[in-house]
Amino acid sequence: MRVSGRFLAAALGALVAVSVASPPLYAGTIENKLVIVTSFPKDLTGVFKRAFEKRHPGLKIEMLKKHTNSGIKYIEETAANNISDMFWASAPDAFEVLKGDGLLHKYTPKTKGIPAKVGSYPINDPDGYYIGFAAAGYGIMWNKRYLKAKKLPPPKRWSDLAKAVYHGHVGMSAPSRSGTTHLTVETLLQGDGWAKGWAQWKDIAGNFKTVTERSFGVPDGVNSGDFGLGVVIDFFGLSSKASGYPVDFIYPPITTLVPANVGILKNAPHPKAAAAFVEFLLSPDGQALLLDPKIMRLPVNPATYAKAPAGFPDPFTDKSIGAAVKFDVKLSKSRYNVVNSLFDVMITYRLDDLRDAVGAVQKAEAALAEHPNAKAADLVREAKALIAAVPISEAKAAQPDFAKIFKKKRKKATDKVTGRQAEVEEQWDKMVKKNYAQAKAKAEQALAML
Amino acid sequence: MRINWGERTVALTIAIFLLAFLALPVLRVILVAFQDASSGAFTLVNFQDFFRSSLFRESFWNSLYVAGMAVLLASLYALPLAYFTSRFEFKGAIIVQTLGVLPLVMPPFVGAVAMLLLFGSNGSINLLLDEYFGFTITFMEGLNGVIFVESIHYFPFILINLSASLSLIDRSMEESAHNLGAHGLRLFRRIVFPLAMPGYVAGASLVFLKVFDDLGTPLLLNVNNLLAPQAYLRVTSIGIDDPMGYVISVMLVAFSLLAMGVAGLALRGKDYSTIQRGGGGLAKRRMRPWERVVTYTIVLFILLLVLSPHIGLSLLSFGTIWSYAVLPDGYTLAHYHEVFRESPQFITNTLLYASLAGIIDVMVGTAIAYLVLRTRIRTRHWLDYAAMAALAVPGVVLGIGYLRTFFGISLPWSGQPLASWWVMLVIALSVRRLPYALRACTAALQQLSVSLEEAAQNLGARKLKTVWRIVVPLMAGGIAAGFVTSFATAAVELSATIMLVSSESDAPLSYGLYIFMQTAAGRGPGAALGIIAVIIVGLATYLSHRVVERGRRLGAQLQA
Repeated sequence: MRVSGRFLAAALGALVAVSVASPPLYAGTIENKLVIVTSFPKDLTGVFKRAFEKRHPGLKIEMLKKHTNSGIKYIEETAANNISDMFWASAPDAFEVLKGDGLLHKYTPKTKGIPAKVGSYPINDPDGYYIGFAAAGYGIMWNKRYLKAKKLPPPKRWSDLAKAVYHGHVGMSAPSRSGTTHLTVETLLQGDGWAKGWAQWKDIAGNFKTVTERSFGVPDGVNSGDFGLGVVIDFFGLSSKASGYPVDFIYPPITTLVPANVGILKNAPHPKAAAAFVEFLLSPDGQALLLDPKIMRLPVNPATYAKAPAGFPDPFTDKSIGAAVKFDVKLSKSRYNVVNSLFDVMITYRLDDLRDAVGAVQKAEAALAEHPNAKAADLVREAKALIAAVPISEAKAAQPDFAKIFKKKRKKATDKVTGRQAEVEEQWDKMVKKNYAQAKAKAEQALAML
Repeated sequence: MRINWGERTVALTIAIFLLAFLALPVLRVILVAFQDASSGAFTLVNFQDFFRSSLFRESFWNSLYVAGMAVLLASLYALPLAYFTSRFEFKGAIIVQTLGVLPLVMPPFVGAVAMLLLFGSNGSINLLLDEYFGFTITFMEGLNGVIFVESIHYFPFILINLSASLSLIDRSMEESAHNLGAHGLRLFRRIVFPLAMPGYVAGASLVFLKVFDDLGTPLLLNVNNLLAPQAYLRVTSIGIDDPMGYVISVMLVAFSLLAMGVAGLALRGKDYSTIQRGGGGLAKRRMRPWERVVTYTIVLFILLLVLSPHIGLSLLSFGTIWSYAVLPDGYTLAHYHEVFRESPQFITNTLLYASLAGIIDVMVGTAIAYLVLRTRIRTRHWLDYAAMAALAVPGVVLGIGYLRTFFGISLPWSGQPLASWWVMLVIALSVRRLPYALRACTAALQQLSVSLEEAAQNLGARKLKTVWRIVVPLMAGGIAAGFVTSFATAAVELSATIMLVSSESDAPLSYGLYIFMQTAAGRGPGAALGIIAVIIVGLATYLSHRVVERGRRLGAQLQA
């Protein structure tokens, strides 16, 4: 009797579970296929694919994995004959591009309990074209074996990375290569101001071992021990740690939390399945999947943090994460390409020159600390100013007419732009190269005096 | 002169193939180079910008320097391997020639990680050097790093083509030289090397062009001041409407054609063909014991060096965590399990796509070589140049061009867009890898005297029959070399693949690698997938060597 009673209870439980798990209101009859263009790694997409397919038996998800940029190109080039339903990626600005092209379909999620903001960043697109489902912030990761072998202290804030001890030990991706790196660069520029922000970046970049071509190249390099420290987005650091690499990760005080997003494409062949997928991502079950050790992204539903492992950062209770900077999305957008281009001209393509100049300054400063000398100190100050100099002012960078030179896509044949990007960049390059060479000479001159 | 319609039809078919699948898609993208960014009108101002920019000028000279030095270094690896294995009775010659092809298969991303873990500034070798000798060597830094990796990566082009050439030299040439008193080095310098020249030049020019245009290696070492990465970075980060990326691409294509022209000039006015066939390559001399020790040591050393990336890759695929250490912390089979459990279709797709692409390539390659060397059709050289230009077209550009050109066309039976059909991926791969097969086939045909065909025709054989029964069998070595290079490199192509793959079930292995190598936990499975790619290519190479050997023996028997 007891057995059958337990059986009954189990059957009843299963029935309840089925009725709870069975597709709620929005589903009705949903299509049996869903095509998602995504830049997320297999470890993330696989988990969600399996869970969603289990919930909707008979439905198959086709995940098309592309770099964020290739994904945008793919959707743009295929829009005339669209076969994809959704775009699922990190960088909000990628969604801004699709939104600007009119390729997204407006959708308001029905799931309740998601706050309006994470840190100081709105979770959903205010116009309703794309929806945040997880948050991520930039920070610093390091290889513990590397730091131990080279006797380096772990850093705490961005400015630590500019210290002379880290010379040649840091890696980062370029903002033009990765949308999330762009956000970090922009965050610091907004937090510290244009001139001071760029000076800070160049001091940090002077310690770079390399600027990687892909954003994943940074955790890859730190995991291998090719370089010791890297500027990375949190889940790269957290998931590397969870995979067993001897690495660690922190959020510095100035950081922005940014939502990772999902959007439904215009003329999606399977709109109901797409809507169901959005709701699933936001549901408690979907949010809990983000805590998988291989994924490790911050849920946008505050309730989910109750299930998180100890020490997992919670931006909704820990206000020190991502709240220091009021991130101005409009300002960022107005100078998006200009900032990318400036970073490449001043740092990526002239890294050797910059590293030499910063290295020389660091040596001179170290010597100066032991033997004070006013003349040498002046020279070092001049050298630092030369390194820090930015070819254009903040006002100019955000000027629509100027920014247009860097935005190649002409919406109409009648749009008129004067000036060519290559032309402008060549002028910058000339100035930057000369400044770095002079700065190096001055620092060496100062060192010779001491 | 009598018009040969058969030749014309073949020429026209190939022309249409190249036009539709190379020229048209690329032009649709590359036109931007000649457009004024603001008005869309025709202009050359972008080229002016190119030459005015010190960064681009610097990149241009760097590219030339790197390509030249890589050819030198690659020759240093390839010459001894090719010479020893074809000149002496060398146990394991097939194995050496098979292993010698493997460096061509440097799977994207994981290959880079493996190289860095071994040769990087904190790689195994430097960690050991630092611990025991207190100094390190910067193998992988800057331009020298690029030269080092590229020469390992591409030296097989010289090895394969040179070996094919050497095996096509008739023994009687050597015997005549012997009878006339030439021995040793003199024999090599005056007879063997000159006769093998077409193969060497074919290989060396490929290495030069490939290094000049190569994108993967500079990117993995994060070296930006070369032309190809500049083009790629402009196209992918500023956008496909930025003219400079295409200006650089146009420069790459133009310069590649120039370099080929120079290689052609080096061979011009000389007749490399020999009439006798069936001697089965150079006479293989037995080595004296001390010679054997020396040669085996040299061969082993070179193999160890050029295969080091693959050794690193295998360690990575069996290792658990490998971080700032000489060797992985532990070993496991779990990565292979994961690959076979999660994604077996990557492997079968790759086999299918790469073999189809290889077959298309040797067919088109043989046909073009024949048209160029054996017919007088006026436009024949243009086919050669057009096919070779594919070498300089960045994969991204080809991929975007395909999307732009073929996405609007729907397949009549399924309504699916043509560009997302897997066959288009095969065609893209074959177009990208055609230059390799073409050079190999051309070199093989150059060594073949036309009098053999004339003899066959005098005996009443028709043209097609002559080609099929005489030319193709005698070119077999070269065709096999072409197939192997095309197959091997198609198996790991990524840049066009990633643009064109439209469903995971149709995706090849390189795409799988890309997926794995985006996560920290994916490094092991990625390496396992890379090793599988290497094994597939190794087997294919070995089998095609066997087929060629058997064909040669069969030919010898028939003659006897």
